[in-house]
Amino acid sequence: MLYPTRPTVPVKGHLPVLLPMRSTGEPLPLTDRVFNLWTAALLFVACAVALVTPALAQQDGESQRSIIEILLEWTPTIGSGFAFNVLISICSMAVGTVLGVGLGILQVSPLRFVRQVSWAITQFFRNSPWLVLLFYCILLIPFQIEIFGTEVPFPGWIKAVLGLSLPVMAYMSEYVRGAIMSIPEGQWESAESLGFNRAQTMREIILPQTVKRILPSWMNLYAVLTMATPLVSIVGVNDVMALTRAALSAEGRVDLLIPMYLYILCWFFIYCYPISAFTRRLERKFSVQL
Amino acid sequence: MAWTSDQPIISLKDVHKSFGNTEVLRGITMDVRKGEVVCIIGPSGSGKSTLIRCINALNDIQSGSISVEGQEVSDPKLDKLELRKKVGMVFQQYNLFPHKTALQNVMMAPIKVLKQDRKAVEERARALLKKVRLEGKEDSFPGELSGGQQQRVAIARSLAMNPDVMLFDEVTAALDPETVKEVLQTIKTLASEGMTCILVTHEMGFAREIADCVYFTDKGVIVESGPPATFFDQAKDPRTREFLSQIL
Repeated sequence: MLYPTRPTVPVKGHLPVLLPMRSTGEPLPLTDRVFNLWTAALLFVACAVALVTPALAQQDGESQRSIIEILLEWTPTIGSGFAFNVLISICSMAVGTVLGVGLGILQVSPLRFVRQVSWAITQFFRNSPWLVLLFYCILLIPFQIEIFGTEVPFPGWIKAVLGLSLPVMAYMSEYVRGAIMSIPEGQWESAESLGFNRAQTMREIILPQTVKRILPSWMNLYAVLTMATPLVSIVGVNDVMALTRAALSAEGRVDLLIPMYLYILCWFFIYCYPISAFTRRLERKFSVQL
Repeated sequence: MAWTSDQPIISLKDVHKSFGNTEVLRGITMDVRKGEVVCIIGPSGSGKSTLIRCINALNDIQSGSISVEGQEVSDPKLDKLELRKKVGMVFQQYNLFPHKTALQNVMMAPIKVLKQDRKAVEERARALLKKVRLEGKEDSFPGELSGGQQQRVAIARSLAMNPDVMLFDEVTAALDPETVKEVLQTIKTLASEGMTCILVTHEMGFAREIADCVYFTDKGVIVESGPPATFFDQAKDPRTREFLSQIL
């Protein structure tokens, strides 16, 4: 039983969220027993086998190389493409985080106008499709900019980084705003009575305390962002998806389609699963014990 | 007008304060002299806490005047930093910075706000923690300390700014009975050293023991005030008598 003390009739103050998720003596809920790392890995391998076997069976004659062989052959190319995706995700995350923290702080500004503008920017980018933002950045930013007479090229992947950093910025802005608001009022008051001004209070007292609160959401956002990076292939950046397409057309074999894309999925799963698993652990660690 | 130490260090004249339509302070007038220990008592909701928060400019006032060492607190051009250097405040909920150790909590303001030399500040902070009898707890985080210990760190943190006046806002109200004593002892030491103290408190025995003057507030006005001996034993106002009879 998940909520042993839940009253049958709703009573004021008896919110399910205030009740313990599970008491210590009871066995883990079904979901936790079924969906742990090992079953996830097992499930994954099972899916892979189920999908690859029919593809393998399609091979005819010995004139063709085996699919595993082809996959291994293309691995360095796919690996370098995937590394590019990781690079794009890290750069977007860095840019988006810096912008988002700034925007989040502006969202709690004492000035009404600043608050409203930063709120509007946040909401705009948080509610826009990532792909559309990506197209905008690709089309709006010139190929090169002139700085002090020298032409600085602006390659597509950097534009893609900027495009992906916009939604990251917006989500981050909301996380930061929420975390700042969750710091008790007393922290501001005691800082004020010690002579700290607003900027000092924010920098020395409030923001350091928000880090723990933001970290799980931030890591989750990174995992989501990484899984969104294949979008950049649509706007002409040579990421893992673009290279895979090239590899497929070079091989020209229909039976390669499913195993190849499954292989790409494996790369993303292996990279992202540990992040989300670690995030869940952090969430449990930092969750408020009621 | 320059302030001299024979004038009241804190002077309130006809102070009015409202939150929305609720008038919390309805004409408070009081003077506190240097070195005096003043206790403010009264039923909850009578405006005691608001009163001392106004002295520290944590709340602004609607009309009247509050001056600290001759400096007008409600002046919009007030240098708040100058005020905060003079007036230290300790809160009911301690409000220590949870991400800093006890020693760092005490050192932070002098270093970041007053830009004092770190080494000198650390020396003074260690001495202050010793003074509030928390030797050996320098590197503990607030979460690892008991309520009474946290409150004493909070007192040391305020003292690190070298204030002329200390405000105590129900500092023992959130504490276990057995830890109340250690905090009161610390305040008593401070008072005996000549620190000007204004306390909002429910500890009547303590008020009687250390106060030079006791104020009783009810519904935003000062009903009665006087030295503790006459105040507690010969209260004139019926409201004061009723309150005291319920508490003592």
